Amino acid sequence: MTKLIIILLSAVFINNYVLSRFLGICPFLGVSKKLDSATGMSLAVIFVMLMATAVTYPIQIYLLDPNDLGYLQTIVFILVIAALVQLVEIVLKRYIPALHKSLGVYLPLITTNCAVLGVTILNIDEGYTFIEAMVNSLGSGLGFFLAMVMFSGVRSKIEGADIPKSFKGLPVTLIAASITSLSFLGFGGVIENLFAK
Amino acid sequence: MNAILIAVIPVAIIGLICAVVLVAASIIMKVHEDERIPKVRECLPGANCGACGFAGCDGYAKALVEDGAQANLCVPGGAEVVKQLSEVLGIEVEEASPRVAIIHCGGDCDKTEDNVNYVGIESCKAAKLIFGGKGKCGYGCLGFGDCKAACPEDAICIEKGLARINRSKCIGCGICAKTCPNRLISIAPARRHIVVTCSNKDKGALTRKVCSNGCIGCRKCEKACPKEAIKVIDNRAVVDYEKCVGCGICAKECAVGCIIIEK
Repeated sequence: MTKLIIILLSAVFINNYVLSRFLGICPFLGVSKKLDSATGMSLAVIFVMLMATAVTYPIQIYLLDPNDLGYLQTIVFILVIAALVQLVEIVLKRYIPALHKSLGVYLPLITTNCAVLGVTILNIDEGYTFIEAMVNSLGSGLGFFLAMVMFSGVRSKIEGADIPKSFKGLPVTLIAASITSLSFLGFGGVIENLFAK
Repeated sequence: MNAILIAVIPVAIIGLICAVVLVAASIIMKVHEDERIPKVRECLPGANCGACGFAGCDGYAKALVEDGAQANLCVPGGAEVVKQLSEVLGIEVEEASPRVAIIHCGGDCDKTEDNVNYVGIESCKAAKLIFGGKGKCGYGCLGFGDCKAACPEDAICIEKGLARINRSKCIGCGICAKTCPNRLISIAPARRHIVVTCSNKDKGALTRKVCSNGCIGCRKCEKACPKEAIKVIDNRAVVDYEKCVGCGICAKECAVGCIIIEK
């Protein structure tokens, strides 16, 4: 149990996919302008990360590993995740239209999100069990959520600030992102020591 | 060769399975969309201009079928589109009321004077930043023709330092209304118009000092109007074009002649 909590908290804070591993920067910069779109995108990412791990983990263990096809991991995962997201979209549209509407365009957007692919591949590389992999995916999704929501707040502050012309737009956003990511360095070692006896 | 096949075949099979599942899912779980939506969408011009107030032509088509939105909101499509839409939807629709821009300023160079000798950048926006423009009236037309430059139909000209709308060319897109730094232009249904040619929000005496066309806010028009369509707000008369029938009584009553009738 302790290990699961450590995995979850590390995924959220220490190994935050956006701010420490620099995966999923595209939606991080693209959709973080407004709080509601950032929330929608993050919820979709959490959802897809969990689904993707649930599907790709068995494929790796029962299909690729026994047949020595580990080198096909990336392409198979991309294929499966893309198809999965499309399927999920169809199912949601049919049975839960409200959720489909609120996730909106973000669902198809993350079919080939590198954070999603990164989670599934790193789950395998870390040698997690299935449960641990799922917990790690949840944590990664939550970490993405945290980063997005935090950064949308930062960006709304930036919008009102008086910025030199040459820094306006993307440059100042990137600087702010790097400072936000620096602040997450502060979490390094906290979680392990929290549970060390 | 063998090694390549071993790699290709599993991926191909997985891809095939995914494809079959997706196709099956899309057929089994097909959401029954109103079949009129694509038809309605075809009638619309596809400019995605957003003038109707919905998110593009797709959004408008959906709103038309599902929420019963008004069918005469498409500005670029005009009467032709309304006709097609009413056929597809099977409803009677009023003809699209074409809209035109109206300029709420009558202060040309005969009626008001320059305050300063402006030699800066030739644009209303730039001039507005320096003491609110070169003219005496801080609310009036700045006369550098930002609206003229913005107009896609070349329907605006500057005469005697005052913008004028050529109503036969105007399509009522409203771009000029967004451009004018003094917000002098409004968009209204194109019919016989009562136009208050003043936007000065100062008290009557101050207004008259800077422009002989200024509205003094005497409320004669407001009292005379049988439809309560004209009101004095912030010391100048404002017409509510939803109520106005264009009778012209206010224009006759106006003490300073700043209400005119445009046809």
